[in-house]
Amino acid sequence: MRDRAVNFITRFYLLLIFLFLYSPIAVLMVLSFNDSRSRVVWGGFTLKWYERMFTSPHITDALVTTLALAFFASLLAVLIGFPASFGICMLRRSGRSVMMTLVNIPLLDADIVTGISMMLFFMRFMELSFSSVLIAHTVFCIPYVILALMPRVEAVDWTPYESALDLGATQPYAFLRMVMPQLYSGIISGFFMSLTMSMDDFAITYFTKGAGVNTLSTMIYGEIRKGIKPELYALSTVIFMAVLILLLAVNVATRKKGGETGEGRAY
Amino acid sequence: MTSEKKGWGLSFPFILWSVGFTLIPLAVITRYAFTDPDGGLTLDNVLAMGNRINGQAFLVSLLVAFICTLLCVLLAYPMVMAIRRLNLSSSAFILIFLILPMWMNFILRILAWQMILSDNGILNHFLTILGLPKVFIANTWLAVIIGVTYDYFPYMMLPIYTAVSAIEKDITEAARDLGAGTLGVFTRVIFPLSLPGLFSGITMVFVPSMTSFAVADILGGGKTQLIGNIIEQEFMRSSEMNLGSGLSISLMIFMLITLPVTVGRSGKEEGSRDI
Repeated sequence: MRDRAVNFITRFYLLLIFLFLYSPIAVLMVLSFNDSRSRVVWGGFTLKWYERMFTSPHITDALVTTLALAFFASLLAVLIGFPASFGICMLRRSGRSVMMTLVNIPLLDADIVTGISMMLFFMRFMELSFSSVLIAHTVFCIPYVILALMPRVEAVDWTPYESALDLGATQPYAFLRMVMPQLYSGIISGFFMSLTMSMDDFAITYFTKGAGVNTLSTMIYGEIRKGIKPELYALSTVIFMAVLILLLAVNVATRKKGGETGEGRAY
Repeated sequence: MTSEKKGWGLSFPFILWSVGFTLIPLAVITRYAFTDPDGGLTLDNVLAMGNRINGQAFLVSLLVAFICTLLCVLLAYPMVMAIRRLNLSSSAFILIFLILPMWMNFILRILAWQMILSDNGILNHFLTILGLPKVFIANTWLAVIIGVTYDYFPYMMLPIYTAVSAIEKDITEAARDLGAGTLGVFTRVIFPLSLPGLFSGITMVFVPSMTSFAVADILGGGKTQLIGNIIEQEFMRSSEMNLGSGLSISLMIFMLITLPVTVGRSGKEEGSRDI
């Protein structure tokens, strides 16, 4: 009896947290079907914002910038972070702690300080443009890749690799066939985490972007006083649903494959 | 080639990137902070944190950050315990649950909170239906606290969840067999073992919540100024690069003094690993 009551409270609490995390998202989704520009009045159901989503060059530009930025920043972060996570694992204590400090700086620094320091740097030595935002995003994505990969690199089982070498495989071939498969899930976690952080960033983009470069976030921030275009609710809903479906599909697929529970299919 | 040398070699691109785009920019901002527009050395910019307006914003930010961090902790522990109790511990599910909201645009999410909390907003609509009195929290510091807490909750939740889910069921069962109640298991076993996660959560939430200027801007209606808003205005509106840098640096100095207390204990590497 008492157990049941506690179980009920537990479920109720999870429901409350769910409401807290997802109610703003529900609001935006409902608004994307609202046949009225007003943010408070329900004017009936419509799909017109979904039809008009891509007609404004303003919005498509920002969308392309946001996606390109997220993709290339995550790619660069993996290219730099992957060898580094091997490197750091090979270091002795002191070198390792120096490197971990370096990894943690962008995570622990306030966004605004990271953004401004890079803005001042770019103004002095380069110029503010798309590349400056790309560099800035890569800076804060690398730590996520390294932190996702390091535990996997440390847990790598090297015996199959050594057996492959004994059987005459070349080092790169043995690495590719015996070690890489143990790391794919870590690379995907790191890449996905980077994508998420890049898509979700506002402050660092805000400071490091050049004139005329806008991500969805900075564009929306600039238009708050003019009023938000409902097309943006539709676009954000589409992005959200696409990621939700992708994650569920990946999750179901890995579960079917019967991979190890938990760790292996982190996302 | 020794493995130590190889290690540095493999880390080299990362070191180059960090020095070029993290450390040198920090040196640049430090230089701005300690000079005046004519290039002369000065401490005025850094000490400007102490004047009335900035000092006040700093204290408000500290208070907001403190309350938000505390709220995140108070929300996260019951949730972690709930997940543990209901055996939901499929890490994939929890991660998706916490990270998915980040795929709805950040600024739109905050605007949605504005719609929920505004005087004629969704929350008050429901309260009226339920026959309860309306609440007027739009454009107050309370709205800012809700927004910031919302924004940073996953950063608190994930490390605590990781730390707690690493605790074997055997350990808690052993504690029970030895006579500990539910509360005893939490205070004497789970909580102490979750401390590294808690400390890393605090470092990920506390400093950023002092500076989330966009949230304060949208939900505070310009009435609640965080130190982040002041710094942003120095750069983007008044072009006071030196003053803005000075304020950023004093914020960093504050951070460097307070963070090691928590980070030092969390053993750095364990820290933010799973975020």
